Amino acid sequence: MKKKAKAIESAVHGVFLILGLITVGAVLLISIYLIISGIPAIKEIGLTHFLFGKEWAATEAEAKFGILPFILTSIYGTAGAVFIGTPIGFFTAVYLAKIAPPKLKHLVSSAVSLLAGIPSVVYGLVGMLVLVPAIRNIFHVADGASLLAAIIVLSVIVLPSIIKVSLTALEAVPKEYEEGSLALGSTSVETYFRISIPAAKNGIATAIVLGVGRAIGEAMAVIMVSGNVANMPNLFESVRFLTTAVSSEMSYVSTGSLHQQALFSIALVLFLFIMLINATLNFFLKKKKEG
Amino acid sequence: MKKIISILTVVVVFACVLAGCSANGNEKTVGTDGSTSMEKVIGALGEAYESDNSGVTFTYNPTGSGTGITAVAEGRCDIGLSSRKLKDEETAKGLKETVLAYDGIAVIINPSNPVADIDIETIAKIYKGEITNWKDVGGNDGEIVPIGREANSGTRDGFESITGTEDICKYRQELSSTGDVITTVANNPNAIGYASVATVKDSVKAVTVNGIAPTEETIKDGSYKIQRPFVLVTKDNTALSETPQKFYDFCLSEEAKGIITKAGVVPAN
Repeated sequence: MKKKAKAIESAVHGVFLILGLITVGAVLLISIYLIISGIPAIKEIGLTHFLFGKEWAATEAEAKFGILPFILTSIYGTAGAVFIGTPIGFFTAVYLAKIAPPKLKHLVSSAVSLLAGIPSVVYGLVGMLVLVPAIRNIFHVADGASLLAAIIVLSVIVLPSIIKVSLTALEAVPKEYEEGSLALGSTSVETYFRISIPAAKNGIATAIVLGVGRAIGEAMAVIMVSGNVANMPNLFESVRFLTTAVSSEMSYVSTGSLHQQALFSIALVLFLFIMLINATLNFFLKKKKEG
Repeated sequence: MKKIISILTVVVVFACVLAGCSANGNEKTVGTDGSTSMEKVIGALGEAYESDNSGVTFTYNPTGSGTGITAVAEGRCDIGLSSRKLKDEETAKGLKETVLAYDGIAVIINPSNPVADIDIETIAKIYKGEITNWKDVGGNDGEIVPIGREANSGTRDGFESITGTEDICKYRQELSSTGDVITTVANNPNAIGYASVATVKDSVKAVTVNGIAPTEETIKDGSYKIQRPFVLVTKDNTALSETPQKFYDFCLSEEAKGIITKAGVVPAN
């Protein structure tokens, strides 16, 4: 009987191991595929020309493959989105965790969850039909599809991850800390800012890094509002992100051409960015465990 | 690790071989090679033909008109696809062209824009950034917003080659679908864009070019200028083998008309 139980036990172990390996295998396969298909174009174009070239004109007779505009646009766009999204998301989380009455908290939380579930193409569509014309009218520019439009759309997209993770971190602050502070005579707002927030700071940092990861990987929503021309980034100009550079030209590119390989190289650069963000995330998570 | 790489290599090589143009040997194959712009229409025809005739393999190699024409001349494929008429030196090589369809490209503006007609040179100047205000072409005072398609798009390729603006267009937006171009032009009173004639909707206004409106008739008789033929290229003196000939006949048949129209172009006959 015992032997049989043991056999089942090890069989189950085996099944779990295989399932785990599928995940690991998928990650490995994608990484290796990206590296193998991304390296040749970088070799042919030259790393500095590729990364710091200011012009992208892949289909012209004299093709130019410089992706600096895409890299800078992705960085500015993500930074802008986090810059706008963090204060809104963070203060929403403070309000929900500490101040809001339970009924309202429940309502807002479900709204935030719903926001997280909206497909990015819907954000893009609303951006295209509402935001882009609005920017054109408010700022009196010829066309509203711009870096600014992309930043605004992205800042809404990052809100749910920032709010949810900050909220969890703030709720995990031990009640005794706050009660102690209140007993010493500080007001509740003082308590939140002097006690609760510092105690939750690692969790909040995690939230921001998650937001960065969400913003830099977004393609569908930004392709619809950013105009998609390979200009150097400018708030009111049409710009192209790393993600959209890959997706907009991949569909028609001829197989095996340098152009296609260069698109894989862009994907590789994006992949490295995301790896960097993940490493930062792990750093904060580790610190949170220790602290 | 090595194993994964080797499997990958095998898959890639296999895919490459499959995608290649296979004219020789097997009787039941139709190999086409050429214009990337014709992908949609020839793909639709090939798919329809394959499903009607089981056992037939249809292949299409998107290499570009020039390469496709060379491929027929060298016998590397059955039917070449070209999105321009054959040049004299190409017909001299013993090649024959059959116009399959006409690809008309409409120039679209916002319905609120009073401009109704633009000639082809002015369109080129607008896209090159030499004319930047609508009042210079008879419209209201407002900066022109030129909207285009992404690099590699067949419509962009057609538009730029007909207007002579290849690689020098100054786009304000490069969008990756016709639908996006139409939506954007419909939402911006100062935008100008281009799209296949068959896809134009009421939300935008197609201007007349040199006084001619883009309709099926004006495209067919050649009076509407922003258009190009989609041509099937075959050898003049040698007959096609059985299956390619049947496919060729199918492409020009009454039945294929609906498929061609659905692919967004005007059937030639």
